[in-house]
Amino acid sequence: MTVGLEQYIAVSAALFAIGFFGVLRRKNTLVIYMCLELMLNASNLALVAFSRYHGGMSGSVFVFFTITVAAAEVAVGLAIIVALFRKRQTVQVPDLNALKN
Amino acid sequence: MTDLFFYIFATLSLGAAFGVVFSRNPVNAAMYLILTFLGMASLFVTLEAYFLAVIQVLVYAGAVVVLFLFIIMLLDVKDETQHRVKPLTWVASVIGFALLIVGIVSISSSDNIKATASTLPDAAGASLKNFGYELFTTYQLPMQVTGFLLLIAMIGVIVLSKKVKTD
Repeated sequence: MTVGLEQYIAVSAALFAIGFFGVLRRKNTLVIYMCLELMLNASNLALVAFSRYHGGMSGSVFVFFTITVAAAEVAVGLAIIVALFRKRQTVQVPDLNALKN
Repeated sequence: MTDLFFYIFATLSLGAAFGVVFSRNPVNAAMYLILTFLGMASLFVTLEAYFLAVIQVLVYAGAVVVLFLFIIMLLDVKDETQHRVKPLTWVASVIGFALLIVGIVSISSSDNIKATASTLPDAAGASLKNFGYELFTTYQLPMQVTGFLLLIAMIGVIVLSKKVKTD
């Protein structure tokens, strides 16, 4: 079976599904962040594959922007997690229920 | 030959992604995350996006995962304690996962993708020079906005991590 666009899209979708499952299933804020990164990577792979098979550069440029924004997002998100940890001494989602009820 | 590499690296990425989701220790999850990113970088190489592969290794596998490991070790996060998962959460995650699988199948069997997949244009337009040209002409404004975004993120992190005065 020769590798074409379909295979890349299938891998991308599978990676997105795994990341999505992790976000729903895990309780540790840091691991949820890692699963978020997996989902971003899945979308990057789809963009690069479409860009390659389309013959243009736009997809690759978008991936460049995605990577930049993801890096900024990780920095801010981890700072928020550290600030939260200082206040509540935990990173487990079920214990962070200040807004419940 | 390229096909073989594709299957090897795709399996590596997906297996490592499962490792991220299912490993109890956050440090192990971060290590599996590095493997996933390296697999993705190799997939970028098979797609002839060499610059993006380098960026992927430098920014993701280098900077981002190191930041994750630093925070994990700074906060001394323990293995995940066994929380009771509510049945409704289980149902929701399984249904969501199943819907995404349906999405995979329907997308990969789409006629449009099958039509594109047979005609691969040569990668003459994918050089780094063209990438830079495109970035600084067509995408000049988004480029500047991205720089501004990084500045805002930097200021935000400094403000967030300043010691809060408790009185």
